[in-house]
Amino acid sequence: MIPRPFEYHAPQTLPDALGLLRQFGDEAKLLAGGHSLLPMMKLRFAQPGHLIDLGGIAELKGIRQDGNSLLIGAMTTENEIIWSQLLQTKCPLLVEGARQISDPQVRYKGTIGGDIAHGDPGNDHPALMLALAASFALRGAGGERVVPADGFFIGTYETAMKPDEIMTQVRIPVPAQGAGYCYAKLKRKTGDFAAAAAAVVLHLKGGRVQEVRIALTNVGPTPLRATEAEALLRGNRPDDAIILQAARLAMSVCAPSADQRGDAEYKTAMAGEMTIRALTTARQRAA
Amino acid sequence: MAKKQAVSFKLNGKDVDVVVEPRELLIHTLREKLQHTGPHIGCETSHCGACTVDLNAMSVKSCTVLTVQCEGACVLTIEGFAQSGELHALQESFHLDHALQCGYCTPGMITRAYRLLKENPNPTEEEIRYWMAGNLCRCTGYQNIVKAVQSAARKLSSAAAA
Ligand SMILES: Cc1cc2nc3c(=O)[nH]c(=O)nc-3n(C[C@H](O)[C@H](O)[C@H](O)COP(=O)(O)OP(=O)(O)OC[C@H]3O[C@@H](n4cnc5c(N)ncnc54)[C@H](O)[C@@H]3O)c2cc1C
Ligand code: FES
Ligand code: FES
Repeated sequence: MIPRPFEYHAPQTLPDALGLLRQFGDEAKLLAGGHSLLPMMKLRFAQPGHLIDLGGIAELKGIRQDGNSLLIGAMTTENEIIWSQLLQTKCPLLVEGARQISDPQVRYKGTIGGDIAHGDPGNDHPALMLALAASFALRGAGGERVVPADGFFIGTYETAMKPDEIMTQVRIPVPAQGAGYCYAKLKRKTGDFAAAAAAVVLHLKGGRVQEVRIALTNVGPTPLRATEAEALLRGNRPDDAIILQAARLAMSVCAPSADQRGDAEYKTAMAGEMTIRALTTARQRAA
Repeated sequence: MAKKQAVSFKLNGKDVDVVVEPRELLIHTLREKLQHTGPHIGCETSHCGACTVDLNAMSVKSCTVLTVQCEGACVLTIEGFAQSGELHALQESFHLDHALQCGYCTPGMITRAYRLLKENPNPTEEEIRYWMAGNLCRCTGYQNIVKAVQSAARKLSSAAAA
């Protein structure tokens, strides 16, 4: 299993990487952690003529807080996210999600930017990004634009990114103190992609739902926001009965495709179950 | 065919230079060009961990890394563990605790356990199972692998304290 021949470029700065991307156009692919792209190249599902490795570009790394935003460089790895004191304190949902991605070796290499840019509905960060109301900084020939996660995921392997753009940063508004959260993921075995998963952020005020965001992994061509379920919960006490109703509404947006992880009906039911678990845990954690 | 590229890195502390096509995977360079056949090929699809090596203080699957990505890197394989004929604590524990049967997974297991113990010198059983989940073993049932990592952890921390 060896990829088709290609030329390898290792730019050290972002302008150089953008220049190479412009120069080689359709022939080029960006290489981040390589743990989605190289497997696809080995199977020859992807056959780029030029590979542009982002690994040498220092400014794409690192995690910091700027005012009310958490700024995460696109080339930050899953293990760096898991070990970040800042994220453990300010955004434990992202840490809980990253801990459930694949296995340790993959997490040393796989990056948050690659996980999002790949557009694979099986990846876990996209739903986490929807739940966290994140946005992405994209740098292209014409400068930088910032696009919200809502609307970014268009189809399987299809995002709002243009081919000449590089994702540089993930921006997450710091969740309010006391927000409940949970990423509930069902997988057949350690290291597997989700059969179904649900990401929840929940704000309570006086025992009622002030704000809630629910997003689902791997039960459609893109990650899905369960907006009707959210609307049902807002303003109400999140008791078991309404959580069950919300899970039903979440199931109604699912359109999974069948594979070895199960048929469509099973995956939809599991998305409902993951929604119940995520909401119940988030309720417990919410102050 | 794409032009070949020269790549220099440190392998078990020694400088090596290789000339490779950009598409060559690190596991093939190690096994076929550098005669380091400790890292094994189990699946070649990033699932089994038999090809695990230590790359710049990270455990990675060398079937999913390009050799050209290793310019200037420090690579450690199982061949680098024993020092002047003496087994590393992990090798000794795997032997004494019977943590292998066919041995196919063992170089990857030990290399992964090495980095785990650097990061967490005294892991609980649960932590060992979680942080070693990228290495599959079809023989042992993992019980003795966990034990061996625990005994090596004890040996290494008492050696560090001494
Ligand atoms: C065995 C195995 C199990 C896995 N299980 C899971 C799982 O459970 N959950 C999960 O979420 N993922 C899983 N993955 C995928 C893994 O997390 C990948 O690392 C991740 O999807 C892609 O990130 P990467 O950094 O490796 O990107 P790459 O593979 O290098 O790139 C992926 C794609 O994104 C593009 N890209 C990368 N970075 C940028 C950027 N900054 N700007 C623009 N485009 C960019 C690339 O051009 C490429 O098209 C698994 C992978 C393996 C091998
Ligand atoms: S051979 Fe590399 S993970 Fe199996
Ligand atoms: S000892 Fe045989 S695979 Fe682990």
